[in-house]
Amino acid sequence: MAHDHAEPRLPAARGPLSAAVQEYLLGAGPLPAPEQVTDADPYGDDLQLALYLCYELHYRGFAGVPADAEWDPDLLRVRAALEERFLAALRADTRVPDTVDEAVEALLVEPVEGNGVSHFLRDEGELWQLREYAAQRSVYHLKEADPHGWVLPRLWGRAKAAMAAVEFDEWGGGRADRVHARLFADLMADLDLDTGYGHYLDDVCAEALATVNLMSLFGLHRSLRGALVGHFASVEITSSPGSRRLAEALRRTGAGPAAVHFYDEHVEADAVHEQVVRNEVIAGLLEAEPHLAADVAFGIAATDTVEDRLATRLLADWRAGRSSLRTPLDAPHHAPQTSHSF
Amino acid sequence: MPNVPSDRPRRISVQRQGPVLVEGPVEIELEDGTTVSSDRFRVALCTCRRSRRYPWCDTSHRKRG
Repeated sequence: MAHDHAEPRLPAARGPLSAAVQEYLLGAGPLPAPEQVTDADPYGDDLQLALYLCYELHYRGFAGVPADAEWDPDLLRVRAALEERFLAALRADTRVPDTVDEAVEALLVEPVEGNGVSHFLRDEGELWQLREYAAQRSVYHLKEADPHGWVLPRLWGRAKAAMAAVEFDEWGGGRADRVHARLFADLMADLDLDTGYGHYLDDVCAEALATVNLMSLFGLHRSLRGALVGHFASVEITSSPGSRRLAEALRRTGAGPAAVHFYDEHVEADAVHEQVVRNEVIAGLLEAEPHLAADVAFGIAATDTVEDRLATRLLADWRAGRSSLRTPLDAPHHAPQTSHSF
Repeated sequence: MPNVPSDRPRRISVQRQGPVLVEGPVEIELEDGTTVSSDRFRVALCTCRRSRRYPWCDTSHRKRG
């Protein structure tokens, strides 16, 4: 299986905001007007895709878009307006625990009767739902741990050393074939999915885009470094039991060994990462910068907000027997549309 | 591995609830004489005996509620 090194194709727009950003990136039109941003649904397809387009310029960019667009000041101004909408909605919709300990403790209790996506997939998930789940998550897992790398220069001492160690593990511990993004691509191949970076960008729902935009938002702002650490802690703490359930689901549906291996590796790796992130990264950060405690708690709780929205969306669609993707994987014309109809 | 003593003792972290954390790489001999190894920078060893990936921690020690 080869990873493609080409820049991903720009996805189709999902509304006036994303259409304007997309056309601007291609040099074909003006940026959206400020009032278009303030009128948009902060969690909707249009705003989330527009934000995703702005953020992706910091990762792999898009085919046909100059690399320098990353630092285009006019585009950055629009990105800031989009971020303000998203962040304001998150702050309004997130109940933030009073302390970091309270936020962490809540994550450490395993529900006896869990009703999350991984519980559903373990107990009754069908292969088509597992494939959809992998496609939805591919927008993150094909750049797994990358958004958290932005925080490294903003930490020091214990927090930095521990964060770098966990990231090193996520990035394969020096071995290309163990990079977690690579393991996820192998999982996708087992599930007969396209492993190209950004291949499913046209298909994933707004709620999945929001989970990645949250990491990019926290990662790209030094002012949100506490929230980024909180986000990372939340992912590492919840990943291990969730991965176990997903590995069970994959075994039950007869997925291949690479698919199972991805989640097995996460059971083991994240049981360690959880400990390191709690005892070293969070503790180290708050020792150096105790005023960031509220931000860490917000990062943990906001992750819950966007993950809950995604879970609600996926389970509602699957329980109704519907695809959660904008174009089902088995659709004859799965190739993304190029028109701007929305 | 060169046959020289390490310049410092290996750090092992214990906690009342949760795994023992050991700096990697490690090789672990199990009761039946077989060995498993990990070259992770740190490994979490199960102490609650509930792990389904024993001797590695799989977070099964967590409270359920």
